[in-house]
Amino acid sequence: MEKFIKFSGIVAPLDRSNVDTDAIIPKQFLKSIKRSGFGPNLFDEWRYLDQGEPDQDCAGRPLNPAFVLNDNRYHKASILLTRANFGCGSSREHAPWALADYGFRVIIAPSFADIFFNNCFKNGILPIVLDSKTVDRLFGLAGRDQPLELTVDLDSQKLFTAAGDTIPFDVDPFRKHCLLQGLDDIGLTLQYSKEIRAFEDQRKVTAPWVF
Amino acid sequence: MSAKTLYDKLWEDHLVRTDDDGTGLLYIDRHLVHEVTSPQAFEGLRMAGRKPWRVNAVIATPDHNVPTTNRASGISDPVAKVQVETLDRNCIEFGITEFGMNDTRQGVVHVVGPEQGLILPGMTVVCGDSHTSTHGALGALAFGIGTSEVEHVLATQCLIQKKSKSMRVSVDGELGVGVTAKDIVLAIIGEIGTAGGTGYVIEFAGDAIRALSMEGRMTVCNMTIEAGARAGIIAVDATTIEYVKGRPHAPTGETWDAALSSWQNLHTDDGAVFDREIHIDAASIAPQVTWGTSPEMVVSVLDRVPDPEREVDSTKAEGMRRALDYMGLKAGTPISEIPVDLVFIGSCTNGRIEDLRAAAKIAQGRKVAGSLTQALVVPGSGLVKAQAEQEGLDRIFIEAGFEWREPGCSMCLAMNADQLKPGQRCASTSNRNFEGRQGKDGRTHLVGPAMAAAAAIAGHFVDVRDL
Ligand code: SF4
Repeated sequence: MEKFIKFSGIVAPLDRSNVDTDAIIPKQFLKSIKRSGFGPNLFDEWRYLDQGEPDQDCAGRPLNPAFVLNDNRYHKASILLTRANFGCGSSREHAPWALADYGFRVIIAPSFADIFFNNCFKNGILPIVLDSKTVDRLFGLAGRDQPLELTVDLDSQKLFTAAGDTIPFDVDPFRKHCLLQGLDDIGLTLQYSKEIRAFEDQRKVTAPWVF
Repeated sequence: MSAKTLYDKLWEDHLVRTDDDGTGLLYIDRHLVHEVTSPQAFEGLRMAGRKPWRVNAVIATPDHNVPTTNRASGISDPVAKVQVETLDRNCIEFGITEFGMNDTRQGVVHVVGPEQGLILPGMTVVCGDSHTSTHGALGALAFGIGTSEVEHVLATQCLIQKKSKSMRVSVDGELGVGVTAKDIVLAIIGEIGTAGGTGYVIEFAGDAIRALSMEGRMTVCNMTIEAGARAGIIAVDATTIEYVKGRPHAPTGETWDAALSSWQNLHTDDGAVFDREIHIDAASIAPQVTWGTSPEMVVSVLDRVPDPEREVDSTKAEGMRRALDYMGLKAGTPISEIPVDLVFIGSCTNGRIEDLRAAAKIAQGRKVAGSLTQALVVPGSGLVKAQAEQEGLDRIFIEAGFEWREPGCSMCLAMNADQLKPGQRCASTSNRNFEGRQGKDGRTHLVGPAMAAAAAIAGHFVDVRDL
């Protein structure tokens, strides 16, 4: 996995709460057996005016001018600012795959749905939880003519605005470590193979009906 | 020893190790797999040259993409076909048991697991699907996971996880006649909100939960995820044991006796403390109908569509306005005056035999309203279908004008041909009413199976208790 250390980018404000994974990547695209190529269909139903189909060339499709990612100011956005409970709904990892494939590396919201939050870290995306007041303030800044640019420093756990504002954020130490190092969870867990084996052997005795 | 919650016990029973920062490595007993969230995980294993840790922990079945008609001619959608065939191929390559599309045991993975006795009390269960929470009904700790975690569990038989906070939702007293498990869980979500359970594992308790059948308990735990919780669980009792006994993969003989005595402990101890407790009065719950695009946008069938102008929270009011616009509804409209175009009865929430019986009871001797475009009944599994046919439920549905289909997820998420057209309104027994969930610009109202059948007959929502 790609390391995440320091990152700067333009903020796209998606002013909705409860954005679900069906909206992030509609189901017809889940038929793919690949991990890549979901970016053009990110937010498909909001982004385009027609109905999207798998394997379609999205270049010529009619865009919904009212959707934030179609606003010229946010064309190069790589940080998504949004509202509470982002990523609710299904466990589909296609949602963070689509966000990452589009180019998002950071998502800022007052809260996230649990499984989605987890899935982000596995794909080099940093989800940042900030209190609603700070999120409101960022929405104000991001909505101006001149788009908001933020720098995210994972090591010091701080966001910086060009105007000199500093916003601290929390992150789980284990996940931070994995992102900073670009570590693969499976390799890490397999270091404990012996312990897993020993646990399993014991469980075969205490709960043989499981096996 | 201090008093423990059921969640504490299940967690401790599966903890291989804990890191200094509290991150646990949990051993996983059962892993369910379907075609949509697994191909990239198997591909990952192959690329790293890894093998599944314990293949007999894994059971697979295709459900999301399978057609519900004319199975004999295969899958006509070429992309879906590749995905289902990829699952078949991966299962053969890695030696995993699969109930393939034409096996009578095939069905929605969360219906199949318990039905086969593959989910037992006290287990940890995962699946690359958020509704894995269903299995908590058996006193198991069950999590929905993403594809990276599917790969992780395949390779290591473990899941990295931090312990959640605990919440107990007690549904006290007795449910009114005609009020079901679906109404309980929709009412709970209405009460705590779709993010109300975030960061928690919820234990459902109280007389009304104890009185539910196993099917009803699965309906409640199934929609725990719609409340944002990581898992839902219900303590083991006689109903649980009765359900598990004699299932194909349930233990027998001495092992059964040993299992029984171990399962006696699968309940919260007296005096155990939860981080949050909620009480709901069962008698106050009426049949529920969602009106918006989030499961928390729910009212009773006796109510009216709520008015965003009365909402003080401006973000919430904006969400309500957007939902009303999408749903094509006006604030103040009585729920019972909302006409429906389609009815869908099925899914991992309400596709079990008891659900079909409840719907058939309403449909018997009646006719689907002429104004409906379609009324679908999709059993949760091949065995549910067979059982229903043995009881003659299929005849009741067909005579009433419903279509009787092959098992699968179908219109719950509309990945196959069963979809709403733009603007169509559906009374659905599934679990999500998100924008576009049942088809682009389709409008979903979540209800229980008897309420769905009643809406099919009347052509609009009705209080099933009046029939
Ligand atoms: S029935 Fe619906 S909710 Fe259940 S597993 Fe299938 S798609 Fe998911």
